[in-house]
Amino acid sequence: MKKNLALVWRRIPQRYRLIGSLCESCNEKFFPKRHFCPKCRRKGKIKDFQFSGKGSVYSYTKVSVAPEGYESMAPYYLAIVKLDEGPLLLAQIVDCEDDEIHIGAKVRKAFRIMNKDGKEGVINYGFKFIIDN
Amino acid sequence: MRRVAVIGIGITKFGEHWEKGFRDLVIEAGKNALEDANVQGEEIDALFVGAMSPGLMVGQEHAAALVADYIGLNPIPATRVEGACASGGLAFRNAYMAVASGMHDIVVAGGAEKMTDLDTAQISTVLGGAGDEEWELFQGATFPAIYALMAKRHMHEYHTREEDMALVSVKNHKHASMNDYAQFQKEITVEEVLESKTVSSPLKLLDCSPITDGAAVVVLAELEKAKKYTDTLIEVIGSGQASGQIALHDRQSITQIDATRVAAEKALKQAKVTHKDIDLVEVHDCFTIAEILALEDLGFFKKGEAVKAIRENQTYYDGSLPVNTSGGLKGCGHPVGATGIKQIVEVAIQLRNQAGKRQVKNAEIGMTHNVGGSGATAVVHILKRIK
Repeated sequence: MKKNLALVWRRIPQRYRLIGSLCESCNEKFFPKRHFCPKCRRKGKIKDFQFSGKGSVYSYTKVSVAPEGYESMAPYYLAIVKLDEGPLLLAQIVDCEDDEIHIGAKVRKAFRIMNKDGKEGVINYGFKFIIDN
Repeated sequence: MRRVAVIGIGITKFGEHWEKGFRDLVIEAGKNALEDANVQGEEIDALFVGAMSPGLMVGQEHAAALVADYIGLNPIPATRVEGACASGGLAFRNAYMAVASGMHDIVVAGGAEKMTDLDTAQISTVLGGAGDEEWELFQGATFPAIYALMAKRHMHEYHTREEDMALVSVKNHKHASMNDYAQFQKEITVEEVLESKTVSSPLKLLDCSPITDGAAVVVLAELEKAKKYTDTLIEVIGSGQASGQIALHDRQSITQIDATRVAAEKALKQAKVTHKDIDLVEVHDCFTIAEILALEDLGFFKKGEAVKAIRENQTYYDGSLPVNTSGGLKGCGHPVGATGIKQIVEVAIQLRNQAGKRQVKNAEIGMTHNVGGSGATAVVHILKRIK
């Protein structure tokens, strides 16, 4: 299904720049962004937080059977990355050989094409991660 | 709260029903359940239908009204309940609460899904919607990938092996081979699982539950009223539901499902029974790793210790803790919305002593465990045969 441009546009700060949230009450950091601190709830004080984009592989899988729109990328590595600032996120690990990826491997954020909304649709960009030697 | 019993069960064969659509499946299971309960349409007060995504799978929303119409139950209230793969379990819980509360006396809970009208990539995308669309699907995640990430970490933390996961699949296929309504009727070996095509490493095709069409329906009644319909009363003695983070990466740990733990604690507390009292359990093994996680999170084993029981064959129908005697999602099939109701059907069959070759001896109390997505919803029920 083709998506409206606004849906792409409103996700730009997080997808392009890895902006998440910090709760100033409990000092917990979140990615993606939260509107409420799930721990402090209404007592929390949420503000934007810029992550460095550095982290390490917490778990990973090589995806052989891909969903619609991602078939041409398969097989690809998908990992839970533990950001140096604390939170976990899900991202592809690209430009990486089979022997370079393992739990604990250092990685950093890269800006990449994620998918295309059909032949004439929008090209979606976002973050993937690469091995950080 | 009033006491509630299951008085009727009905199910279609699970599998690839090229000749049947969504409504054909529900009608078949519904007819079986109403006949089994021997209730007349005008005695039924309400209907709950669990279905994950008939809208995306066959283009049909408004599924509960359709079912009420085609099953001949108009004008009773009919409500669709959705909690991804836990939709059936949630439909059952809502039906249970409607009777327990005193609002209704006899309620029907059904679950159905028609999945084989889509191709693999399309159905992967639809099922992916059970996760976080913005932060999992957009990255190229599938459900096998999400559970593969849990499996890889579980292997890292607890030295679980791919062979251990394969044992779950072998056992569930064995159970399915003794179950006429199961999708798969053939036994498989550990080698066949390990050599099957990789879907998302370390998970292979035979670690994954299949794409299935099917429906299951049960009838619930207030306990005193239930006695008019049946001598074998299957009472619902515990019901627990809990929610967790929609995205796997937002959890404190990716090797446990907290919602399962909380739902089980609630159900056990209400039922006033302990793990030792449970004679069999139907768990949500959408992937082999999920059965291992479930047995730990439900509290039957400490973290990392379920594999020991699996290696010792304790989880077979004739073992000390029979798990997934229906064949589970892996062997019996996983028509998403129907699964939670099928679990109730299987436990009822066992407690009625009607399970034939796969019968658990002296089964009196059974548990069901139904999960939505990677664990954002969990629902647990405990059923007991009363004399």
